[in-house]
Amino acid sequence: MTLTREGFQLRANCAVMGPGITAVIGPSGGGKSTLLSLIGGFEFPDEGAVFWGDQDLRPLAPGDRPVAVLFQDNNLFPHLDVLTNVALGASPLARPSDVARTRAGEALALVGLTGYETRLPGALSGGQQSRAALARILLTDRAVVLMDEAFSALGPALRVEMLGLVAELLSERTVLMVTHDPEDARRVAGQTIFVEAGKVHPPAPTDALFADPQKALSDYLA
Amino acid sequence: MADRAQPIGPGGVAGIAAAVAIPFLILLTTGAIVWVSESGAGLAPSDWAAIRFTLSQAALSALFSVVLAVPVARALARQRFPGRGVLVTLLGAPFLLPVIVAVFGLLAVFGRAGIVNAALSFVGLPEVSIYGLHGVVLAHVFFNLPLATRLILQGWQDIPAERYRLAASLGMTARAVNRHLERPMLWQVLPGAALVIFVLCTTSFAVALILGGGPRATTVELAIYQALRFEFDLTRAAFLSLIQLGMTAALALLAYRLVRNTGFDPGLDRRVMRWDGGKGILPYLDGVLIAAVTVFLLLPILAVVFRGAPEIAGLPSQVWASALRSVVVALVSTVLVTVLALTMALAVVRLGRHGGWVETAGLLAVAASPLVLGTGLFVLIHPWANPEGLALPVTILVNAVVTLPFALRAIVPAYRAVEADFGRLADSLGMTGWVRLRLVVLPRLRRPLGFSAGLAAALSMGDLGVIALFADPDAATLPLQIYRLMGSYRMDEASGAAVLLLGLSFALFWVFDRGARGAEV
Amino acid sequence: MRNFILGVGLLIAASAVHAEDKPILTVMTYDSFVSDWGPGPQIEERFEALCDCDLNFVAAGDGAALLAKLKLEGARGDADVVLGLDTNLTAEATATGLFATHGIGEAVLDLPVEWSDQTFLPYDWGYFAFVHNADMVDVPGDMKALGASDATIIIQDPRSSTPGLGLLMWVKAAYGDEAPAVWEALADNVVTVTPGWSEAYGLFLEGEADMVLSYTTSPAYHLIAEDDNSKMAAAFSEGHYLQVEVGGILKSSDQPVLAEEFLAFMVSEGFQSVIPTTNWMYPAVTPEAGLPEGFDSLIEVDKALLFSAEDARAIRGDALDEWLTALSQ
Repeated sequence: MTLTREGFQLRANCAVMGPGITAVIGPSGGGKSTLLSLIGGFEFPDEGAVFWGDQDLRPLAPGDRPVAVLFQDNNLFPHLDVLTNVALGASPLARPSDVARTRAGEALALVGLTGYETRLPGALSGGQQSRAALARILLTDRAVVLMDEAFSALGPALRVEMLGLVAELLSERTVLMVTHDPEDARRVAGQTIFVEAGKVHPPAPTDALFADPQKALSDYLA
Repeated sequence: MADRAQPIGPGGVAGIAAAVAIPFLILLTTGAIVWVSESGAGLAPSDWAAIRFTLSQAALSALFSVVLAVPVARALARQRFPGRGVLVTLLGAPFLLPVIVAVFGLLAVFGRAGIVNAALSFVGLPEVSIYGLHGVVLAHVFFNLPLATRLILQGWQDIPAERYRLAASLGMTARAVNRHLERPMLWQVLPGAALVIFVLCTTSFAVALILGGGPRATTVELAIYQALRFEFDLTRAAFLSLIQLGMTAALALLAYRLVRNTGFDPGLDRRVMRWDGGKGILPYLDGVLIAAVTVFLLLPILAVVFRGAPEIAGLPSQVWASALRSVVVALVSTVLVTVLALTMALAVVRLGRHGGWVETAGLLAVAASPLVLGTGLFVLIHPWANPEGLALPVTILVNAVVTLPFALRAIVPAYRAVEADFGRLADSLGMTGWVRLRLVVLPRLRRPLGFSAGLAAALSMGDLGVIALFADPDAATLPLQIYRLMGSYRMDEASGAAVLLLGLSFALFWVFDRGARGAEV
Repeated sequence: MRNFILGVGLLIAASAVHAEDKPILTVMTYDSFVSDWGPGPQIEERFEALCDCDLNFVAAGDGAALLAKLKLEGARGDADVVLGLDTNLTAEATATGLFATHGIGEAVLDLPVEWSDQTFLPYDWGYFAFVHNADMVDVPGDMKALGASDATIIIQDPRSSTPGLGLLMWVKAAYGDEAPAVWEALADNVVTVTPGWSEAYGLFLEGEADMVLSYTTSPAYHLIAEDDNSKMAAAFSEGHYLQVEVGGILKSSDQPVLAEEFLAFMVSEGFQSVIPTTNWMYPAVTPEAGLPEGFDSLIEVDKALLFSAEDARAIRGDALDEWLTALSQ
């Protein structure tokens, strides 16, 4: 598929096999986030299509796609308490159902946030906010999870911890993780997609890719 | 562009409908006016006099307001003292102050029996009259000096602090600072401030109604009112409305382009860092100036409150009935303007880059003088029904249209910010329609919604414009009731009712504005 | 939108709660007539004692504004009777076609002029005059002297007020083609122009001007009601313009019989005896007890000025333009 914006074109032709974590790396402005936006449904390809299995995602609104997203920031509504924020992952209702509340409580327990249900996001640390957002992802039944530099604001130790949590909790899903740190990819991603100058390279096993980088990739890694 | 816009949705459709309806209403009323005034004669000498008076009083008001505001703003910019924040906030208050209350206060201070004339006669000077040109200009300066001060103060604070540091390190004198830093800023700010005030004064009907009146002190809007209410001459009223429309439309749009800042922005409580405000007699001069302005602004209000507060308990029942009527009018108008602004903001955001026209359509109302709108509606209604019977609905509608630009300016940017920050998250969670509004948009828009609702309620509460045009003897609003009490010289009751109106206006603003802030966590 | 209609509906409903059983006669009149100290309250009481009806006064500004309001309402208005037009407006009012004949026939009236109008019936009369404080020095003796002096005056707008219109006619009747010059001379004496008599008189009492346009009978109010002889009317040598205030029945009235009863009551003792000490005018029919004490101290008018209703209608437009032009410069 292709997408053209003022002076920029993204070309992609690749398939990702799930489940598992796939890292998306590459220089800034190369098109990493745009790729995720296309999959998430926030942008629309000019040509080509996005398929999940044999399902064409193009006619689907972001909320109807089998895709959950963890953004770089603003992952939680600051005016809603943690439990409500998490419960929104089950269904977008003005009042979460009892089932959704129970499930949200369980998800919060999985990410280690029991006791924080009635707090507002502003009262949480950055790491805790990431955990809450992750808990919401757990509530969604979406097979694909997009992470757009979701933990880039966290310190190195916290980031490692969060990645471990993602690897543990989202092992059943297909995770696409944009990161600017190749180390992140090495740590958790089985495959890596390299994106530069609008070109999306097909996924390659991370170890193999780092062991034998192509020209562009080696420039980037250097 | 292939950006995936959200579906327009019923709210967006309502917003688009509103955006179409506003210019349609303005065009319809204008069309009615043109239709009726077709057979109108040319300009009589008294019409020219009305145009001259409208423009000259507005020019004088703008001039005095701006010229007086410069030293006051400078004093506020360079001095820091306890109560400064309160004073700066207070400078925003006249906007909410019902005109008739302020005029009542000015009469108490500057009228024949007022404090100023008592002082003048005590020292043997001739007394001054508040009626006519000087009274109108005085009232307009009272209302607009604070606005000008806020606009200019903003200009001072927009001068980067580094420049003052640079000036200080170069050892610049106060004069040099003035020449290199302040004068260029003033040249930028003053024309816009003066133009805004000029436009406000050309459409300030209530002041002219109470303090003007003679053929020598008649504004075009007052002449419209007289043509309708005194002579029931629809043709003349329509003709004068066209003149007024021509004058204000161009000016208002010009002002809107020239002035992006309405002086409502927070953050005016910061003192400009500078090193020339603490030397010699400057602090004392500044202090005297600030004190003088504070007295000028507070004295009339205090005069009303002291005279009227004891009268409130004894107010006759028709005053309370009109107060209730005014509150209902204000609340319905507020609901209307809030729904209009919210749906239009929704449409602006949903339409993305194609949504600009929706906002522009709403802002068109800036160019429409309430009295001209009212005249147009009067002309439209008259063949079908007695306009007096529709006084309250028309007042509600016109107030909503007139306050819409303020609401849009508060709500649209905030709505855009909400969608920029949380739109994708809400999209990815599949939040649409009511759930999105309820869980995401409304909570994030509390402050601008509360502020604009408060503004709309207070303005609508104090309005003495269209209601005077449509005046129904049986269904007066509180401002109209006060005007009538003043006319029949029941000054004690009028002062009590004025305090009631003052209290209700500020209470409504406070309830909405503070209520929204309080509910926000 | 439904809320807004509902809200307004509630207001209308709230104001419409009335005694439904008695017929209601609505009388539209000027503000000062229905004020607490005006004739309204007493007349309402007296007429309701006779008619077994509910008399409802509606105030609509000053006399001349009444006509504008009638034109505005057309046949849609609620009013049955209008009180407070004067002879300067009756021809224009008749021409609107909104008024019915009063049906009283030839009433016996004590007016300084003949009366034969079958549409409008007078209820009181008086002479316009400038009223001033007794301690005023150099009281002008005519319009020209007033214009030349630096005495300050408050007048009423001829478009909304019958005294204001009366002054227009006064100057025109006394000076004819010289009227514009007289107005130019008067222009700088005018402190302000009010929409109605009440506002002007109130401003005068508050000390906003040396003189106010009112009636030769106004000092009687201060004398009788307040035991205060400090107010006087200035006698003008060119004469004083006469005002005859009238009532009339609207064709659109849903109570024509009651309206006619009211007009008959209007020229009867019950109404007329109230007029001198509430409306402070000469009654159209002198009450049995004669005029109250205090009226004898008022200035005598040797020369009464008055245009016929038709002439007044014909003159009004030009005179108004002259006035507007002179005072707007």
